[in-house]
Amino acid sequence: MSRLEPSMSPDTAFFWEGAAHGRLLVQRCGECEALRHPPRPMCPACHSLSWDPYEATGRGEVYSFVMPRHPRYPGFDDPHIAVLVELDEGLRLVSNLCEVEPDDVTIGMPVEVFFATFDGGMVLPQFRPAAPA
Amino acid sequence: MTAWLKDRAAIVGIGQTEFSKASGRTELQLACEAVKAALDDAGLRPSDVDGLVTFTMDTSEEIDVARNLGIPHLSMFSRIPYGGGAAAGTVLHAAMAVATGVADVVVCYRAFNERSGFRFGDTGSVLGGGLPLWLSWYAPYGMLTPASWVALHARRYMHTYGVTNEHFGAIAVVDRQHAATNPDAWFYQRPITLADHQASRWIVEPVLRLLDCCQESDGGAALVITTADRARDLAHRPALITAAAQGASSDGEMMTSYYRDDLTGLPEMGVVAQRLWEASGLRPSHITTAFLYDHFTPFVLMQLEELGFCGRGEAKDFATVENLSIGGVLPINTNGGLLGEAYLHGMNGITESVRQIRGTACNQVPEVEHILVTAGTGVPTSGLILSPPA
Repeated sequence: MSRLEPSMSPDTAFFWEGAAHGRLLVQRCGECEALRHPPRPMCPACHSLSWDPYEATGRGEVYSFVMPRHPRYPGFDDPHIAVLVELDEGLRLVSNLCEVEPDDVTIGMPVEVFFATFDGGMVLPQFRPAAPA
Repeated sequence: MTAWLKDRAAIVGIGQTEFSKASGRTELQLACEAVKAALDDAGLRPSDVDGLVTFTMDTSEEIDVARNLGIPHLSMFSRIPYGGGAAAGTVLHAAMAVATGVADVVVCYRAFNERSGFRFGDTGSVLGGGLPLWLSWYAPYGMLTPASWVALHARRYMHTYGVTNEHFGAIAVVDRQHAATNPDAWFYQRPITLADHQASRWIVEPVLRLLDCCQESDGGAALVITTADRARDLAHRPALITAAAQGASSDGEMMTSYYRDDLTGLPEMGVVAQRLWEASGLRPSHITTAFLYDHFTPFVLMQLEELGFCGRGEAKDFATVENLSIGGVLPINTNGGLLGEAYLHGMNGITESVRQIRGTACNQVPEVEHILVTAGTGVPTSGLILSPPA
């Protein structure tokens, strides 16, 4: 399956390189240690420009989700689920929710990350219902 | 906020092309036609114009418009970013320019072949070439269109307040009802029912059906702004710019502001609303009719809440066909809006508001006192309050 390939900048490349190695990385401020996503150069809390990649647990819950139906594009099942996940770390990110029927998804449902490889070797974080803890 | 700008400037001319799906001519020609029509309407000549304002997304350069119109000199030109969020912002910049004496007569314009040329609603906008950086967080997951970006936000609003897609149908029905009696509207004489809305196919399930999404259109529109003093000597009753504001808010993106604490509002419009009410000294109950930017119906409900026409979570009960039609509490989008008349990036809501103040609208609201106009939502945005002279 093919997916559109993300563009990267020196601010964001770590996220995609982390995904390629099966790690969900977010930024952690080098001064105040606040976490942030999507990546950007400056910490809005303390204005520090230093940061480190921080590996999130990959666990969280469904904050919102929809099924885009039209227009259709190659590389996606119809329907497919676009999800806004709120991670346990308090950050949100957009991904896909897999291994579940749309009718069985609820807002607040626990989910966990996994990594899927697409055409050209591109790796994207994806989510599925969380295994019981 | 200061009310310094209040009623100092006015919209004195409006112009537009026909609204179509295939204009058959260039965007520059559409822009020139709209600007010329607006100047003719105002009774002003191109040589009177010394300022131009348009959208950053517009392809018609100021100097090309000036060259075609024979505008000899320009002393002020600016562009407003963030897509349809720019619409009322063009008027704010023009009003600031004429009120300060930086310019005498400013024309705001927007023209595009958004249906026959580059379509915002198609995936072509992201499939060609590399993804822009911001879109890289969404497009790989199939979030490729404005409809999808808006829907993921609106779904959380629906969840929080118990809103369903049926609630959005009232907006579509009202818009199409008003379009049905507006000969300029693409959907002239083609009203819809709530049943039609519910039978239309999903675009983004379970938020947006086809009839929740605005049209894509070709066309152009233009506005002429000068001082209230000069407006008194011109052809038409002026539409005084009682208040104008732009708004952006914290942790925002262009249509994908998913990272704020709360996803049940449109804080950019909240910024605009606060400034409009403070600067005008008016309240929602003073608004006779409104043009609420309706690219996607859910954000019309959320605007009603941000603007204070109802409380948080109450729009699903407030936004009935009865309340929003002519004769109702707050008639909206009397030209048919972006769903019914045309998608002119919000500029056709401003031209319609000027017609309402002149008393020349197809669907005229009686005894207009103050009109509220909003620009694109889910993006940094803008708004206006227009009034007739006292």
